[in-house]
Amino acid sequence: MCIDCGCPSGGHDHHHDHDQVRTQGGKTVRIEENLLAKNDRLAGVNRALFAARELLVLNLVSSPGSGKTSILERTLVDLRGRIAFAVLEGDQQTANDAERIAATGVPVHQINTGTGCHLDAHMVGHGIEHLDLAAAEILMIENVGNLVCPASFDLGEDHKVAVLSVTEGEDKPLKYPQMFQAADLMLINKIDLLPHLRFDLEKCRAFARRVNPHILILELSCQSGEGMEAWYAWLAAGLSRKKAL
Amino acid sequence: MHEVGITRSIIEIAERSARKQGAGKILSVTVEIGALSGVMAEAVEFCFEACSCGTFLEGATLIIEQIAGRGRCRECGTETAIDTCTFACPACGEFALDRLQGDELRIREMEID
Repeated sequence: MCIDCGCPSGGHDHHHDHDQVRTQGGKTVRIEENLLAKNDRLAGVNRALFAARELLVLNLVSSPGSGKTSILERTLVDLRGRIAFAVLEGDQQTANDAERIAATGVPVHQINTGTGCHLDAHMVGHGIEHLDLAAAEILMIENVGNLVCPASFDLGEDHKVAVLSVTEGEDKPLKYPQMFQAADLMLINKIDLLPHLRFDLEKCRAFARRVNPHILILELSCQSGEGMEAWYAWLAAGLSRKKAL
Repeated sequence: MHEVGITRSIIEIAERSARKQGAGKILSVTVEIGALSGVMAEAVEFCFEACSCGTFLEGATLIIEQIAGRGRCRECGTETAIDTCTFACPACGEFALDRLQGDELRIREMEID
């Protein structure tokens, strides 16, 4: 076995000087294909299916522990009888989050990505096969907790919603700009903890707008309930827009 | 480490294109990776050898062309390189750069036997 890459065959030539372009006397074939083409194509399939069902689809992204699942739990309970939800949960391991969502009575399916660091359109396409979407108005997709990789993968959603909790520090939008650029809405969670922290809310808003001038920002606490009504109003407005299309 | 998935895409697309050409061996493959694409060229290089084992690309040269970020300021119209840390316009200081270049994530060409 090759000790450099773990390949079982071994004996092949390793190239580590990739800077140098070597023509090896072969025939050059133009390809010009986007590396995310397959994901984007499958995301398009998902998007068409969601549109046909007038389903508003949100992709919740954040670092681990920002409170995505807790926000969902409270939202599903508070809006019970007002909006019909379905939830796809993404985690590397365990069905813990799906069990928490199931306890609210909302249909949920857990996707375990194993070693994978993000959900992709293919996983979501198969994940929704386990959900009855006929009765749902909003599909919440909780992505794997990771502020890097999920930014690059379109799942067919209407909006990415980035959750940032105040215990993480106000400069996260600058440290992980891809994610905050990809998001239409940022939820600043755990604001009930602000009196105990040195978290500059104004700076956080400014940093997010620096990387994404169009981002909408809502501040809330899913523990105290403060700010949740504005989030619910945003959901209701998004759903109305989707149904009017 | 989403670069594993990206690297697998390189191999999948190149093998499919090679089959169309009736080729069973790829000597080199050229990909463009933009500085603002969220994909690290070094990580793709790192994954490539492991992911290409047993494929048409085993032993092939991976050529990565990194493309710098460029943008145009919505406030003053200046065209500039995009500073990935601050996204500020160097002329007026506004954070209002529309991207012109740097999102690329594309397999451009390959060399077959």
